[in-house]
Amino acid sequence: MSAPVVTTSGSAASGSGQHRAVRKPARKWPVKQLLGLAGILGFLLVWELIPRAGIIEARFLPPASEVIAALGRDFGLTAFWAAVGETMLAWFLGLLMAIVLAVALGFVIGSSSVLRKLTNSTVEFLRPIPSVALIPLAVLLFGVKIESSLMLIVYASFWQVFIQVLYGVADVDNVAMQTARSYGLGTAARVRYVVFPTALPYLMTGVRLAASVALILAITAELVIGSPGLGREIALAQSGGAISGMYALVLATGLIGVLINLVMRFIERKTLSWHSSVRSEVIV
Amino acid sequence: MKPANILKALLYAVGLPAVLVLIWWAATLGAKNFFVPTPGTLLSTFAETWFGERIVSDVLPSLGRLVVGVVAAIVLGIVAGLLIGSVKWLRALTEPVLEFFRAVPPPVLVPVLMLLMGITDSMKVVVIISGCIWPVLLNTIEGVRAIDPVLSDSSHTYGITGAARVRYLVLPSAGPQIMAGVRQCLSIGLILMVISEMFASSSGLGFTIVQFQRSFAIPEMWSGIVILGLIGVAMSFIFQFTERRILRWYHGLREVENAV
Amino acid sequence: MQSETTDKTTMPAGSPAPAGRTLPEGQAMLSVRNLKKVYQTDGGPIEAVRNLTFDLRAGELACLVGPSGSGKTTLLKCISGLMAPTEGQVLLDGAVVSGPPKKMAVVFQEYGRSLFPWMRVRENVELPLKNQGVPKAERDKLVDEALEAVGLSHVPMSYPWQLSGGMQQRVAIARAVAYQPEVLLMDEPFAAVDAQTRADLEDLIRTVWKKLGVTVLFVTHDIDESVYLGQRVIILSSSPTVIQEDLVIDLPEERDQLNTRALPRFTELRHHVYEQIQLAKQGHRPAAAH
Repeated sequence: MSAPVVTTSGSAASGSGQHRAVRKPARKWPVKQLLGLAGILGFLLVWELIPRAGIIEARFLPPASEVIAALGRDFGLTAFWAAVGETMLAWFLGLLMAIVLAVALGFVIGSSSVLRKLTNSTVEFLRPIPSVALIPLAVLLFGVKIESSLMLIVYASFWQVFIQVLYGVADVDNVAMQTARSYGLGTAARVRYVVFPTALPYLMTGVRLAASVALILAITAELVIGSPGLGREIALAQSGGAISGMYALVLATGLIGVLINLVMRFIERKTLSWHSSVRSEVIV
Repeated sequence: MKPANILKALLYAVGLPAVLVLIWWAATLGAKNFFVPTPGTLLSTFAETWFGERIVSDVLPSLGRLVVGVVAAIVLGIVAGLLIGSVKWLRALTEPVLEFFRAVPPPVLVPVLMLLMGITDSMKVVVIISGCIWPVLLNTIEGVRAIDPVLSDSSHTYGITGAARVRYLVLPSAGPQIMAGVRQCLSIGLILMVISEMFASSSGLGFTIVQFQRSFAIPEMWSGIVILGLIGVAMSFIFQFTERRILRWYHGLREVENAV
Repeated sequence: MQSETTDKTTMPAGSPAPAGRTLPEGQAMLSVRNLKKVYQTDGGPIEAVRNLTFDLRAGELACLVGPSGSGKTTLLKCISGLMAPTEGQVLLDGAVVSGPPKKMAVVFQEYGRSLFPWMRVRENVELPLKNQGVPKAERDKLVDEALEAVGLSHVPMSYPWQLSGGMQQRVAIARAVAYQPEVLLMDEPFAAVDAQTRADLEDLIRTVWKKLGVTVLFVTHDIDESVYLGQRVIILSSSPTVIQEDLVIDLPEERDQLNTRALPRFTELRHHVYEQIQLAKQGHRPAAAH
């Protein structure tokens, strides 16, 4: 049964490239990693020296040590973790809703060429609309509640996943599909054994992209609309003159971003290695 | 045969949008809906609102900042990416720092730069540059790194070095990656243009739209959403057109590879 | 037939020498002297090439064969100046090679990866000349002649990836020919094309070589190919590489696929080279190189 034997040469193009990039340096770590560490330390040193040397006044750009100390203090505060929690909750819920919606619609529309052609112009028109254009509408409908954030996050992340799923479903090998049909697999079984495995690498790419877009929109909503979370704390710190605090929060958002990237790449790798191991089992 | 095909394609293209507009029209026909204007109202409001002096006072300045910021980000990103991508130790040195900067959600740069530069036009341009540069920069680095070693050896044996190497080998070879970065850069740029004006401005598209919302000028607010959408669609169209031209060879190559 | 591994009766005329043939100073176009290449890896140093010495006369066509993994590509990279040898040196027309020399062109095995996919066939052939500042009129003439010589005058505006593998390799050969090198290096150029195309390309190389009087060093793992093409076959040992034997191919100058390959002498030579490669694989090394 060769159903899951799919042509992933094109599909995994972005994924497999990253795999190689991630795996290779793991062995000969010393020089590369040490240089990277030196880069971080160098960056912090420059940041420390710019205000100390008076190139930019410290009340506009506090030295790195002060900001890191402020971030350290934040780590001990419940209010900080509450804000992180609010942001991550909006991020998670929005991302989840977008994924569910995009997967459901993507598989249905992607499986039928008539539906694909019918929706194409609408998709191409709606997709480039910047999600921030919806900010006034969100405020009007939901005010400063989490629903405002969710509306923006879902809209922006939806397209990332949806488009990838469409590509993925379109990539299904005709021969594999016909083989499955000739062995009498029903629609549900064909989706389960042929369409889903083909679309999976695409789906994971979409989810990874959507995860960082969702964070951007979560922070944006909090910053501009004022729904609770790290973004609002940044705006408050800025207008309240707590400059080190503001920089510390910016640093925190960056760290969250890095964390999300790492986790998403890890999940993607896990899922795809499962995928290819299943494939090789079938082939042998 | 041919005209029938064109008609079919046309029906596919306008069918769903027509149905959607019809539903919208029917839904807003009877009871006066406070939140959603009728298609007719929106159309006339759109013309009144944006085809007057606002084009000069708000739309064009916003677009100008967007274009300057995005172009600067693309140029800077490609130049820095070529440099970092070609020098191995420099790449290792900067990689973690750059990964961090890319991960920072660009909108948080608005309050930071507002503090450093005040509320000025150049601050808004810098916001756009500093948010848009990362996808271009990191994609260029990756593209330069991934140049085929055989192709690199070939150029080397024929004495193609220095500027010629960049022009004939490095730039075209990294082209597909760079364009992927530019695509991300464009959508981030539009977002940042709007946010920087919503957050800190007294003119511009973002500011105007928020004003409409605050004063409950609902049809005007919707017309603002529409104009942002149109700008997004126009940018996407220009990008796709340009990308198809620049990377014609790449799409052809991919087609041949996929057919095998 | 090929299973016979020891047959002392068919010793060829060119007597086996432990090292490659050298020429008096000033007569060699390409000289390789005591070349050694050691790679530094995480797992310790790996000696790819131990000690190689040989000369190529101007206008000579020599083939280099060896078992797989015998450092053929390493040697070629050192000769072409893409890689610095650990010890020893390469001289081109008396001058030490320290980077890719101007009067040398290389044709790689991976035709799909050695041509610029974003340039059309004509632009690919023209680029090295343009880069050297050859005037437009002369450039056009050289490109036309080169495309004509490889039989590709009809596809100048195609992209390389629109052509078959054999045709892509012809483009790479045309690019090398248009560049007017004094030495042409070929790294298993026909290993990835089908048998029929391969025979055509072999004849093409002989024709081009005779017409231009260029010095050719042709690396291959195919024994038939080396005997058919070369005036001389240099057999490499297994890694760490030394020269197993430097053999003169005393076949008539005019060669063609049917008749030359049917000559008893061709069979003898092929047999001998095969035997030497088998010995090399089993780890036998010439006495002088232990």
